[in-house]
Amino acid sequence: MVIGLQGRRRSKSVFQKLSELNFLIVIVVIMIAGVGFALLYSVAGGAVDPWAKKQVIRFVIGMVGMVVIALIDIRVWMFLAYPFYFLSLMLLVFVSVMGHTGMGATRWINLGFMNLQPSELMKIALVLALARYYHCLAKEETGKYMRLIMPVFLIGAPAVLVLLQPDLGTALLIIIGGLSILFCGGVRLWIFVVGFIAMIPTAFGAWNYMKPYQQKRVLTFLNPERDPLGAGYHSIQAKIAVGSGGVYGKGFIQGSQSQLNFLPEKHTDFIFTVLAEEFGLMGGLGLLGLYIILLGYALIISMSVRSQFGRLLSFGIAVTFFLYMFINVAMNLGMVPVVGVPLPLVSYGGSAMLTLLVGIGFVLCVAIHRDTSISRGGAFA
Amino acid sequence: MATSPDDQKYKLFTRRAGLISGGMLVLTSGLIGRLYYLQVVGQDQYKLLADKNRISFRLLAPERGKILDRNGYGLAINRTDYRVNIIPEQTDNVEKTLEALNLILPISERQKRKILRAVKRQRAFLPVTVAENLDWETFARVNINIPDLPGIQPDMGITRFYPEKDLLAHIVGYVSSVNVQEIGEDPLLELPGFKIGKNGMERILDRRLRGKAGNSRVEVNVMGRVIRELSRQDSVAGDTLNLTIDRDIQKFTADRVRDESAAVVVMDVHSGEILALTSTPAFDPNDFNLGISQKKYDVLLNDARKPLINKTVQGEYPPGSTFKMIVALAALEAGVIDANEKIFCNSKYQIGNSTKHCWKRRGHGAVSMVEAIAGSCDVYFYEIAGRVGIDRIHDMAARFGLGNKFGIAIPGERKGLNPSKGWKMANRGQRWQGGDTANVGIGQGDVLVTPLQLCVMMARLVNGGRAVMPKILLSDQETASEEPEVIAYNRRNMDIVLQGMSAVINKPIGVAFAQRMRQKDMSFGGKTGSAQVRRISKKERDVRVRKNEEKPWVERDHALFVGFGPLENPRYAISVIVEHGGGGATKAAPIARDVLEFMFGKDKQKSASVALKQEDNT
Repeated sequence: MVIGLQGRRRSKSVFQKLSELNFLIVIVVIMIAGVGFALLYSVAGGAVDPWAKKQVIRFVIGMVGMVVIALIDIRVWMFLAYPFYFLSLMLLVFVSVMGHTGMGATRWINLGFMNLQPSELMKIALVLALARYYHCLAKEETGKYMRLIMPVFLIGAPAVLVLLQPDLGTALLIIIGGLSILFCGGVRLWIFVVGFIAMIPTAFGAWNYMKPYQQKRVLTFLNPERDPLGAGYHSIQAKIAVGSGGVYGKGFIQGSQSQLNFLPEKHTDFIFTVLAEEFGLMGGLGLLGLYIILLGYALIISMSVRSQFGRLLSFGIAVTFFLYMFINVAMNLGMVPVVGVPLPLVSYGGSAMLTLLVGIGFVLCVAIHRDTSISRGGAFA
Repeated sequence: MATSPDDQKYKLFTRRAGLISGGMLVLTSGLIGRLYYLQVVGQDQYKLLADKNRISFRLLAPERGKILDRNGYGLAINRTDYRVNIIPEQTDNVEKTLEALNLILPISERQKRKILRAVKRQRAFLPVTVAENLDWETFARVNINIPDLPGIQPDMGITRFYPEKDLLAHIVGYVSSVNVQEIGEDPLLELPGFKIGKNGMERILDRRLRGKAGNSRVEVNVMGRVIRELSRQDSVAGDTLNLTIDRDIQKFTADRVRDESAAVVVMDVHSGEILALTSTPAFDPNDFNLGISQKKYDVLLNDARKPLINKTVQGEYPPGSTFKMIVALAALEAGVIDANEKIFCNSKYQIGNSTKHCWKRRGHGAVSMVEAIAGSCDVYFYEIAGRVGIDRIHDMAARFGLGNKFGIAIPGERKGLNPSKGWKMANRGQRWQGGDTANVGIGQGDVLVTPLQLCVMMARLVNGGRAVMPKILLSDQETASEEPEVIAYNRRNMDIVLQGMSAVINKPIGVAFAQRMRQKDMSFGGKTGSAQVRRISKKERDVRVRKNEEKPWVERDHALFVGFGPLENPRYAISVIVEHGGGGATKAAPIARDVLEFMFGKDKQKSASVALKQEDNT
């Protein structure tokens, strides 16, 4: 029983929705991105080129997308969840095949104005798909083992494809993010316990499967001084940058580690060290504070929503966002191995920026439609 | 509502989402804790590490002190070396720039390939040397064309240069690259291209010449490129050293003995200042400075005339008859002979059961002391040496500076040998014999001297009895000595010896009468010597003593001469040794005469110009 948007209950007008937009989230998002612009300006030695200007443009485009997503009826998104997932999966297969047919190990598709990484899209698509799946299950169904097959496939397929790229960081993000939705969707606790125990031999298997450079990264993480000019160099230099920043930092565009290029990938994965070096503990805590506010809001929203789809969607995106943030900062502080995960909304890069803004768009969408009830049968049932 | 399935779902979700949120909060706290640990607890340590990354010390090499002669003439100087570098990052096309440069400054294909290889190997901001040791004109032309030569950087370096080439090689020495073993506490030595003194004064006084390193603290980026200078302490140039050497006298002397294997020392008898110190043949220190080829070095090393040896202080020779003044003075002072007492020379002298010979086969007849010195009669000196004994000869020789080092600032100084009874017992385990004394009496046997010692001896004989020490550094505080010790002797006795030395040159009975100065108001005195290198065997003497010219070079006698001038109020002392030169009178004395004549002429010119100046002033 599919009914169009002009169906029986035309919920809210566009303007009504706009006014209900959670402006606090929007402001926090702008502030976080603003930190990013400032840091990109700094690492370029005080210039908008080559990074800051481009980043601002992408951000503005992303913001428009975010608002558009927020304003569209949540049931449309629920309806599009599986197609969107399918599309993302196809794109992922596409880049994997391209990589294997000798066109070089690419992880992205060139869209002209930016390079799109399907693995980024997949993070959102997976959350949408899983949210829809658990929305449609009755409470008593969630505990059944047969009902685990579909979610495990939904998580497993992209995870394997991403691992093959190989992109360990993104694979972990996809798996952990997906599992958190399974957990909140109602899968029995002991399955997680058993699953975790089963992980241990898998981990050993994964070690053997890892490429030498990945093994090296893990080993280097465990003892960075082992090879100070090789793989451990990133970790050591990042720690020096952060530590030497002290409480108040060295000042804007004054960080010797970042300005003199001792920091690797300072505009992308290691941008947090620039912040910590130039603005010190105060700067670091400030940015973490903004993230906490953003995530807190997303979590509060997810707990005050009527539909299970909305709850899981908002929550899943919050968790994904948190994982980005945590893994990246922990890596910058030398707490986890170096994996290619950007700092959300701050690191230079189009795909991640787009993904995160789209994700936040969904959170805003959930917030606007928090009272919309959706039947178990389907989007417009 | 509380029991609806949707509500149950909601409750489950809230519980579990709360759990995960709690987990996220814990993890975030972990990040904050880590941030605190690194930035508050560890900040000092990490700040230090960041500075170590960022700051690089650069040593600034000091300018090496110059070595000048007594009139300020440069003997070891620092020459600007014009070179041209290319900085690859400042040009789009290195090859094109080199081609453009080729029009001004020819670059061979081989050089070009070498440059391009270096460009590839080095970081793009580091200069690569294209050409060095350019003359000023070429360098200027490159400078003018700089706008058309992107990446080309004209540069000036400093290299040590010895403009007098081999003239003072043994005194000044040379600098060369640092050996690994030489690297000590001075970080300067580890500077690429830094050179230290390896020989001569450059070596002995290296510390003073070297100067003090400056430093520059610079900020560098991860590639090592200098971003800016943080602080700078300039280097302190090394001391300039003024030698007592007069470059003109040195040059004249060296030219005079250029073809010989010879040593000449000229000294001011009152101050002990060495005016010339020549050892030939010599070498060009500039060769060593730039790194001498093995082939060239082997040639120097295998030359029988030993160009690497500074014969003036390292050569030890029997003094021969130049030692006779010491014996004469010792005998007169001891009162074992009267100056007028005649001793008969028939060319033979019996001591124990061996026969000693005089150089003059016909004998001198009856000679007094003055005649004996003038004619260099060996028999006379066998006799008086026997009367005075080795102990007193040894003492007298020591008072005139023989058998000891002076500690002059020239490396390799030897002390010669002033033999004594104790010395013979200690070194040969034999008692001193009368024959030994007789040998020493004519400056043969065990006695050995250096040309520098002979010159000092001469100075002390004629300067009124002061034990002057030789000086090579002019008015130098560190070597400035107090008033020299007085050598006590009877004035009348010394007059006899001086008369004898005057007669050698200026009386027809003198062995070197032919070498007297012909110019009016110029005069000198001295003593010849011919030192046997090889003992003349009994058999050889029975047949016929070969003339020097008949012997192979290495068996010929050394020709010696010690002299002073002018006769009245002597100012200069000179010693000359021509290795295997034959007779002192014919070979060494003329050299001394010419050098002294040159110096007198120089003095005359100087006083004339002083007089002229005074006239101008009045």
